Amino acid sequence: MEIPYTVEPRPDTGLANGKLGIWLFLASEVMLFGALFSTYILLRVGAVEWPHGELSVTLGAINTVILICSSVTMVVAWAKLKMNDFAKGRLYVLVTVALAAVFLVNKYFEYAEHFSKGETPSHSTFFAIYYTLTGLHGLHIIGGIVVMLYLAGPGAGLWKRNPEQFANRVEYTGLYWHFVDLVWIFLFPVLYLL
Amino acid sequence: MHSDPEAVKKSIRTYGTVGGLLLLCTAITVAANQVHLAVPAAIAVALIIAATKGSMVAAIFMHLNHEQRWIYGALLLTVVFFVVLLFLPLATVSDTIGTAIHH
Repeated sequence: MEIPYTVEPRPDTGLANGKLGIWLFLASEVMLFGALFSTYILLRVGAVEWPHGELSVTLGAINTVILICSSVTMVVAWAKLKMNDFAKGRLYVLVTVALAAVFLVNKYFEYAEHFSKGETPSHSTFFAIYYTLTGLHGLHIIGGIVVMLYLAGPGAGLWKRNPEQFANRVEYTGLYWHFVDLVWIFLFPVLYLL
Repeated sequence: MHSDPEAVKKSIRTYGTVGGLLLLCTAITVAANQVHLAVPAAIAVALIIAATKGSMVAAIFMHLNHEQRWIYGALLLTVVFFVVLLFLPLATVSDTIGTAIHH
């Protein structure tokens, strides 16, 4: 059975089903991270003292630069596929994966340093919310890597059968990836600077 | 969103420019942090820059500057619930049920 509206838009919504689906998923993600940001505000406003300068601004800024660059490579990957250049499209997806991996390696070093100083989640309210927010964000990065590796590897066969549908899948993955970048854009100042 | 290959080709330059602007905004955020502003001003500056960066990502990279109305509708609903969620904790301090009313 063929799944309808994977490429051509539905007449009623004007969208392919996958696109509306990924946006509804992102809407649920906004609520998930929104709940945690709301928790952060409540904890911070209610705290007698709030630590400042506990995190490395340099590492946080480097990770911000990495994620911004990965967003650019991801959107260029989709653009290359739309221009019928599969080789470059796949290359840019793999570059995005590499940047995401560098982000996680940085995060590992950051976590390791804090753990070595005994700054575990139970150390303080600040570290509890820090690990919760960045940990959940890190899980999203891992999820993105898995999907992108699938698209660049076993899932790439779809390009030969239906290039338009493959480009759509890369676009939807890109929308998710940009959202992950967007969350970090707010996490960086909130946790590292303020 | 563009589907014409020529239009897509042109948009690659835009993506690069926006990427550069995002990196510039990141540098400004870090530099502003070195100035050691008062806490309310520091929060305002950092969040205004973050909101600007977020808008650029959403509008250009996520193509929200030219999307279908169904997506705008879903996002509008999300924004409404998100704002409610942010202010929900206020209910914990304004709950007066069962307490005596003082005039």
